[in-house]
Amino acid sequence: MSIKFKTLSQLKELLEKKELSSYELVSETFRNISSSKTNSFITLNEEAALNKARDFDEGKVDGDLAGIPIAQKDLFCTKNLRTTCGSKILENFIPPYDATVVDNLSKAGSICVGKTNMDEFAMGSSNETSYYGTVKNPWGLERVPGGSSGGSAAAVSEGLVCAATGTDTGGSIRQPAALCGITGIKPTYGRASRWGMIAFASSLDQAGTFARNAEDCALLLNHICSHDQKDSTSISDAQENYLDNINNDLKGKKIGIIKEFDISSLNREVQDSFEQSKQIYESLGVNFVEVSMPNIQLSVPTYYVVAPAECSSNLSRFDGVKYGYRADDVGNLEDLYIKSRSEGFGDEVKRRILIGTYVLSAGFYDAYYKKAQQSRRMIKNDFVEAFKNVDVIMSPSSPSSAFKIGSKTEDPIEMYLEDLFTISSNLAGVPAMSIPHGFANGLPIGLQLIGNYLEESKILNFAHQYQKSSDWHLKNPNLGESS
Amino acid sequence: MSWETVIGLEVHAQLSTNTKLFSSASTKFGSEPNTQVDLVDLGLPGVLPVVNKDAFKKAIRFGLAIDAEINQESTFDRKNYFYPDLPKGYQITQMSKPIVEGGSIDIDIGEDKKTINITRAHLEEDAGKSIHDAYPDKSVIDLNRAGTPLLEIVSEPEISNAKEAVSYMKALHQLVTFLDVCDGDMSQGSLRCDANVSIRKIGDLELGTRTEIKNINSFRFIEKAINFEIKRQIKVLESGGKVTQETRLYDSGKDETRPMRSKEFANDYRYFPDPDLLPVVISDDEMEEIKSTFPELPGDKSKRYISEFQIDESEAEIISTSRELSNFFEVAVESKNDPKLAANLIVGEIGSLLNKDNIKIDESQLSSDNFNVLLQRISDGTISKKIAKTILAEIWETGRNADEIIDDQGLVQIQDENLLEEVITKVIESNPKQVDDYKNGKDKLFGFFVGQVMKETQGKANPKSVNEILKKLLS
Repeated sequence: MSIKFKTLSQLKELLEKKELSSYELVSETFRNISSSKTNSFITLNEEAALNKARDFDEGKVDGDLAGIPIAQKDLFCTKNLRTTCGSKILENFIPPYDATVVDNLSKAGSICVGKTNMDEFAMGSSNETSYYGTVKNPWGLERVPGGSSGGSAAAVSEGLVCAATGTDTGGSIRQPAALCGITGIKPTYGRASRWGMIAFASSLDQAGTFARNAEDCALLLNHICSHDQKDSTSISDAQENYLDNINNDLKGKKIGIIKEFDISSLNREVQDSFEQSKQIYESLGVNFVEVSMPNIQLSVPTYYVVAPAECSSNLSRFDGVKYGYRADDVGNLEDLYIKSRSEGFGDEVKRRILIGTYVLSAGFYDAYYKKAQQSRRMIKNDFVEAFKNVDVIMSPSSPSSAFKIGSKTEDPIEMYLEDLFTISSNLAGVPAMSIPHGFANGLPIGLQLIGNYLEESKILNFAHQYQKSSDWHLKNPNLGESS
Repeated sequence: MSWETVIGLEVHAQLSTNTKLFSSASTKFGSEPNTQVDLVDLGLPGVLPVVNKDAFKKAIRFGLAIDAEINQESTFDRKNYFYPDLPKGYQITQMSKPIVEGGSIDIDIGEDKKTINITRAHLEEDAGKSIHDAYPDKSVIDLNRAGTPLLEIVSEPEISNAKEAVSYMKALHQLVTFLDVCDGDMSQGSLRCDANVSIRKIGDLELGTRTEIKNINSFRFIEKAINFEIKRQIKVLESGGKVTQETRLYDSGKDETRPMRSKEFANDYRYFPDPDLLPVVISDDEMEEIKSTFPELPGDKSKRYISEFQIDESEAEIISTSRELSNFFEVAVESKNDPKLAANLIVGEIGSLLNKDNIKIDESQLSSDNFNVLLQRISDGTISKKIAKTILAEIWETGRNADEIIDDQGLVQIQDENLLEEVITKVIESNPKQVDDYKNGKDKLFGFFVGQVMKETQGKANPKSVNEILKKLLS
């Protein structure tokens, strides 16, 4: 039996009915990974995974996700399993502890098969900044998978695993989900604990997940999200069961279309898909409303002040002193810092550290960082106002489908615009997801659904109803098996 | 030319919490290197700080004691700089919205008091320790201290000389120990100060260029370091030079300050709000709880001792200014001992023993229980006050029980009037000249006779009886 492209729910059922053992499932997963050409994984966890599979088969593991192989983005600390964050500087780093998200998923019985490739320190939109090589898009190996969670997205898209975790600081789940033709969700900031997630930009980083459909995402979120006392920014609101409202009727509900997002400037196919998706929702009884978000244009510049500022400080701990890469032949302390960091970090990370250091410098702080905080508040207010009138906001997930590897690496600004539609939800802290909704240039594109603060149930409901009325999420790349 | 000095002090008080400011590791001093660190203190990738509310309670208690504004919502910022004993590459501190703002502290200057205003007091984490001399070819790091909560208390530049600086430090020391916010142990660095010192011509309104003397950790060194620095600055200016704004280090061995690093080349710390920590909000209920458990401060204590126990004003002041002595005194009084007697002994005999050994009462061999026994034996007439001093000296050395000492050494007071009369008659007979003088009006000689009787009885005579019998026999 081929396990490729099976959904989480399908695999669960196969395991429950004992039509498949977890050991077979996990073994087959590693066979598939080893023959894959996408470079989705940095580190595999074969021995521990097979042991846990055996334990499951012997009835020693239970839980909602018991026996199911999943992949972890290599930004989550995994106890005794190398965690590189896509960087040379952490090439040999083996954490002594598990991230809360990893712990939660493990307690739910899932089996971590390995750590997925990613842009270095999650900085990038194409996975080309990884020290461990670019990930290739399963829909076209010369294409990028998006980023930064490109390895997780590609692994799910290719059918290597039915689910993988990701993190989203400016679109790092939604954009690769869109470019790889799968479903991905970033919950409200604070829903999932950041404990054990290697920080990029602390006020924006949020863990989430990729799966083959919205329903699986809901099931995974039930475990990924938790209140955690080890994270001061973790939300203490009661946990929801994200499956509870997934089948709600959408009749009479309202979707907002952001006036300031100029869809007409995009690729014809992107526009057409967007129109078709509107029609699907209309057929479900949903009304469309235009919402004005006058400050949303400030999102990209605001983000590229806030995120680098935080990253410049967050990445100071990688100094060659305590762990990670340390340069050889250093004469003195300053030399140790300069050489270890110069050799350990890649160009994009250095670029952002420099931008961040600059915007926080005495004399520039007010002009950049403080101003960015003000515009961030204005963007947040735009969302508050918009959600007074609509249930969900809808937009394309990314401006286009997957671009060719190497085509944007020379122009960081153009690369930054990949996150044009996704960045604002991170700045506002609201939940958002991407679902497949068509093709452009023969490559998948995504539809973004943004929800109000803490309303991930609602966007999951909208996504699930859409997927019941369409089959975009059932389309698979024809790599590997048939070719 | 006449110069005046302007000094501002930044005092770091290590808060006496059980655990660190942002982690659950212990703050105990003197453990094996790197044993009191958890994942957070190591600055591992992915770890996050969680605020220790107990540190806030202590900071607020300090703020209330100096009559400051308490910011019930305060925030943390990151101060970014690279150093090996700073694992995260930044220190978490309170820059923009500290927990305590304003307030003042009164200090003694000779007979007078002077009020020093406080700018702010904020919470921050301590760094670890770099050790450069343990190995010939490498430096090593001990992170036990990393993350320990500090309260940095910043004064206005209102201190005018080294003596005032010491007075200020002593007042702070007394306050933080009384409030139980800091153990005040300067030798272990629990309380240390940075002194910003500048001089200007008398009458000038503008401040001179200042230097900052870092990490001074004793009262004596504060005085010496500041005095050295004032003299140095005067010499520089009077010889036509300019004072350089810089950080200096006090070398107590050489009794001099010398530059550490120039501030012009110092880091731009790139302060910004720590995104890992939300503003810390202290509720009204929490404020009430802190107020309701507020300890009695020396001034109030002193007043209460005078009015409640009618003890001598100067004794009340001495006892109340020491947390340990006042506790010791209060235990004695609670055990129904004569407050005046207890105060008298604590300030007199015990005070000089403490001074001699330079220790605190709870470090001595004299327990409260044993002191109670001693006081009771004086009150019930078993021993005289004079003998009590001998017994105290013995307890000081051996820690033995007062009753045991009295029994062993036969120190029980002579109450027997016949016996006393015998001794006194002998004294009168052997001093005929003094008897004549006394009878001719030299009343002061009465004390001489008392002294002689005490000498004969090794101090064991009951003074009241001696007085009565002497008067009778001399009349």
